[in-house]
Amino acid sequence: MKTDIEPTSTAAGSPSKVRTRSTGRAGDKIFLGLSRGSGIALLVIMAAIAAFLTYRAAIAISKDEANFLTTFEWNTGSSPMRFGIAVLAYGTVVSSIIAMVIAVPIAVGIALFISHYAPRRLAAPVAYVIDLLAAVPSIVYGLWGALFLVPHLTGLYTWFDDYLGWTGILSYQGGAARSLFTVGILLAIMILPIVTSVSREVFRQVPKMHEEAALALGATRWEVIRMAVLPFGRSGIISASMLGLGRALGETMAVATVLSPNFLIETSLLDPGGGTFAQNIASRFKEAGNDGRDALIASGLVLFVITLLVNGAARMIIARRKEYSGTAA
Amino acid sequence: MKLQRKNRLRAIAAGALAVSGVLVLTACGSDDNSGGGGGGDSKAASNIKCDGKGQLLASGSSAQKNAMDLWIKTYGAACKDTKLNYKATGSGAGIQEFLQGKTAFAGSDSALKPEEVKSSKQVCKGGQAIDLPMVGGPIAVGFNVPGVDKLTLNADVLAKIFNSEIKKWDDPAIKALNKDAKLPSLKIQAFHRSDESGTTDNFTKYLKAAAPKAWPHEPGKAWEGEGGQSADGSSGVSSQVKQVSGAISYFELSYATANSIKTVDLDTGASAPVQATVENASKAISEAKIKGTGKDLALDLAYDTKADGAYPITLVTYEIACDKGNKASTLAATKSFLTYVASEDGQTSLKELGYAPLPTEIANKVRESVKSLS
Amino acid sequence: MSTVVDKNPALRASSLQQARLPGWAPYALVVVSLGLGAGIGTALGMGNPFQMGLLAALVFIIASYALGAVVEGSRQAKNRLATSLVWVCFLLAVVPLLSLIWETIDRGRTVLDGYFLSHSMEGVQTILPGGGAYHAIIGTLEQVGLAALIAVPIGLLTAIYLVEYGRGRLAKAVTFFVDVMTGIPSIVAGLFILSFWIIILGFSYSGFAGAMALAILMMPIVVRSTEEMLKLVPDELREASLALGVPKWRTILKVVLPTAIGGITTGVMLAVARIAGESAPIVLLVFGAAGINNNPFEGAQSSLPYYIYEQWQLGNEASFNRAWAAALVLIAFVMILNLVARGIARWKAPKSGR
Repeated sequence: MKTDIEPTSTAAGSPSKVRTRSTGRAGDKIFLGLSRGSGIALLVIMAAIAAFLTYRAAIAISKDEANFLTTFEWNTGSSPMRFGIAVLAYGTVVSSIIAMVIAVPIAVGIALFISHYAPRRLAAPVAYVIDLLAAVPSIVYGLWGALFLVPHLTGLYTWFDDYLGWTGILSYQGGAARSLFTVGILLAIMILPIVTSVSREVFRQVPKMHEEAALALGATRWEVIRMAVLPFGRSGIISASMLGLGRALGETMAVATVLSPNFLIETSLLDPGGGTFAQNIASRFKEAGNDGRDALIASGLVLFVITLLVNGAARMIIARRKEYSGTAA
Repeated sequence: MKLQRKNRLRAIAAGALAVSGVLVLTACGSDDNSGGGGGGDSKAASNIKCDGKGQLLASGSSAQKNAMDLWIKTYGAACKDTKLNYKATGSGAGIQEFLQGKTAFAGSDSALKPEEVKSSKQVCKGGQAIDLPMVGGPIAVGFNVPGVDKLTLNADVLAKIFNSEIKKWDDPAIKALNKDAKLPSLKIQAFHRSDESGTTDNFTKYLKAAAPKAWPHEPGKAWEGEGGQSADGSSGVSSQVKQVSGAISYFELSYATANSIKTVDLDTGASAPVQATVENASKAISEAKIKGTGKDLALDLAYDTKADGAYPITLVTYEIACDKGNKASTLAATKSFLTYVASEDGQTSLKELGYAPLPTEIANKVRESVKSLS
Repeated sequence: MSTVVDKNPALRASSLQQARLPGWAPYALVVVSLGLGAGIGTALGMGNPFQMGLLAALVFIIASYALGAVVEGSRQAKNRLATSLVWVCFLLAVVPLLSLIWETIDRGRTVLDGYFLSHSMEGVQTILPGGGAYHAIIGTLEQVGLAALIAVPIGLLTAIYLVEYGRGRLAKAVTFFVDVMTGIPSIVAGLFILSFWIIILGFSYSGFAGAMALAILMMPIVVRSTEEMLKLVPDELREASLALGVPKWRTILKVVLPTAIGGITTGVMLAVARIAGESAPIVLLVFGAAGINNNPFEGAQSSLPYYIYEQWQLGNEASFNRAWAAALVLIAFVMILNLVARGIARWKAPKSGR
């Protein structure tokens, strides 16, 4: 490793050749060592997290009497442990999907509003406020969700039940609206700012010439957006949504405050129940024994891998787009 | 360059300002809440013997959180050198943290299981963990049914409600027990604890003892019943009952009092339905027998009592500590605090909060056990 | 529908080639659909103003499409549909966000005062009003400060390595894993520190344990933003300095960093703002305390996110009020950091030579 790095860094380009001849070589070495050391420290931390989680997870899964992937149960207190992530995977995916379905169209709408529709005097402050809202801590969303959103959703859910209850998915039996759907709504509100600000950034980069050309041909504003803005921004929107999805998957406290957890998969999304990876860890960790902790770490590892895949996909799309616009420019 | 240097100086100045700001801040706060807003009329107990210094960590049962708050307040006012942190995490978590050696003692609503006693030998060098009953209280069954102020249920119906067999408030079985009440045709929202809890343990033990046919599940800290909704902690379920129309759940009487939630009267087979009150619970607790051996004072509660005016769903919450081999750094403070808690003053101050003091004979044994902790 | 019929003749008369709706039509439509929404809502027995708003929005979208289609033809109608949809999106998003801010301010200010800011919860019966969040504020400041102390140097140096030195496989690996690290769910970082530091190494719960988890979350943000800022420094500056015989490390310290310092500070402050609100790892690691503990290395501490969660869990009116007040303090803290960071960015922007 070391021999591999030394020559590359000294042959880094013409400026560093100048450096090697100059005074202060010791200082240079120290500085290089320090900065490279930090980089390596970062790698070590990542490696430690991954290795440690995998190791503990392996222990837990080997002790698991039930199928880790398909069991509807989380019983780590008894001596043969039985636990499975089926309910958690379902809850995590479903609540995130609900969040995406709600948040992405609205976020794209707001991004378009800011970049193309809003009166100029309104656009700048709106953009600013949306950016600030991205900084509101998740526990505050959780508090608001539990004490304000949940009581206000019962009416809406009853309404859903009256008209769409026959679908089974949207039936509602009354009670506190502490369900996966509520979690989805809250997550949607939470990821709205980030999806909006990334999409807005992309829409701003749409070449003005394209838009003006379309306008000159007599296109309406909507046609301009459909023909010039959206095609250009498509990959940007996708990667923005992926970033939002990554956040939604890993969100912990807001879900833990709003959801009424159980270990069943309910047909209805509006009835309380279900769970997510992060919520399950947060609410069970404190009372888990050593084995139980390992089991939770195993579920944390699954969450880790899922978020890695989602984030990786987002980065790949961004990278491809960069290449594309790089060659085009 | 000059400009930049100036900016850097400015940045350094800003940093220094921030650091010194924090330093200044650390000096200006106060732990003293005795003057304003603290509320309650805690008597300055003069006969508290302070001992030990520093922080004392404890965690566990949320059932005794409200009692702990008052004890800590009174004890802290007398002993300024000891700071006690009691975290209401649930009995299961409290025992776990105690067994991992993270806390000085645990609060639990149910006595230690044999395997827990066994693993406690790692933490208690040369000894083991023991249960010290500290305070009892009724577990109230709180309900929120519009238009209903008074509700009588029996163990059978309760079991069926919490097992999702009775689903509406106007079910004939409920009507039969409440001839005068106007019961709405509302869905019953039965809430149980999502975390492991001694309250659940005691409640299900009651159901199993008093209605073995209607409650087929094994009693335990984790909820085994069918269906229903869940929330975290006694406070979590009680605030759900407060918010949700048609809700019913079980929690310590103090939570019902604090949130002004109406509670169910129990038809135990005694001459009249029994209200969930401190006195009625004391009556049931006084029938309890000590089942622990040696210094361990675990109690056997009489859940199926039919005595007049004895409210059978009770819990006794324990403090769990090592009989021998408590950590040297916390032993003195733990002993001093528990001595106060078991004392006459510590016990009687809790009545207003909805807790029942220990019967005298049990209290005496607790005092002896506390004295011998080492 | 009667309003549509009323408007039509006037429109036909005023336009020459293609019929257009007058400029005030959308506004009139807003009023009409709000009225309809409220009307239908009351008729259906919905007491909730939010549902009526949704209904009104639906009416508005359909009506503006229909009106456009009747008067102006389908292309314009689609345009109107898109416009109204975008406006509705905007309003739909603004409602919950404003409600969040409003609710926090409205309910937080009931107990937020000097007493709340300068007192802890020591000896307060949690079912009664009283007490404060001072210990939590101290905890947050110390934990975040420590996290920044760990993460900023490592993050800065890593970014310098990547921009100024890194060319080889190591640099590629670091870049990749910084990306990976930004995606770590905060609870996973908490799990790691808890298992590693507290269970395996046997240390006690402390503010420092929380700070380490926060540092893990903060590092990649600092690296990313610093990297961007260093890349913005024009190469001419570096070359000029090196040509004068200044060693590279002095060039970096005296030329590159000072040029980018504004942007770097902004990035660091935004990162601090981000981690100050992290609750998941904190809940696992600091234990929580009722009293003041100024020592983050020993003993239980509290922090604002922990305090909010704790008070919410206690579940009575007095503690809800304290939770809201603490939420208000936390939001204010984060917002001020954000505003100052953005202020620095704006103030430094022209000088960084764009």
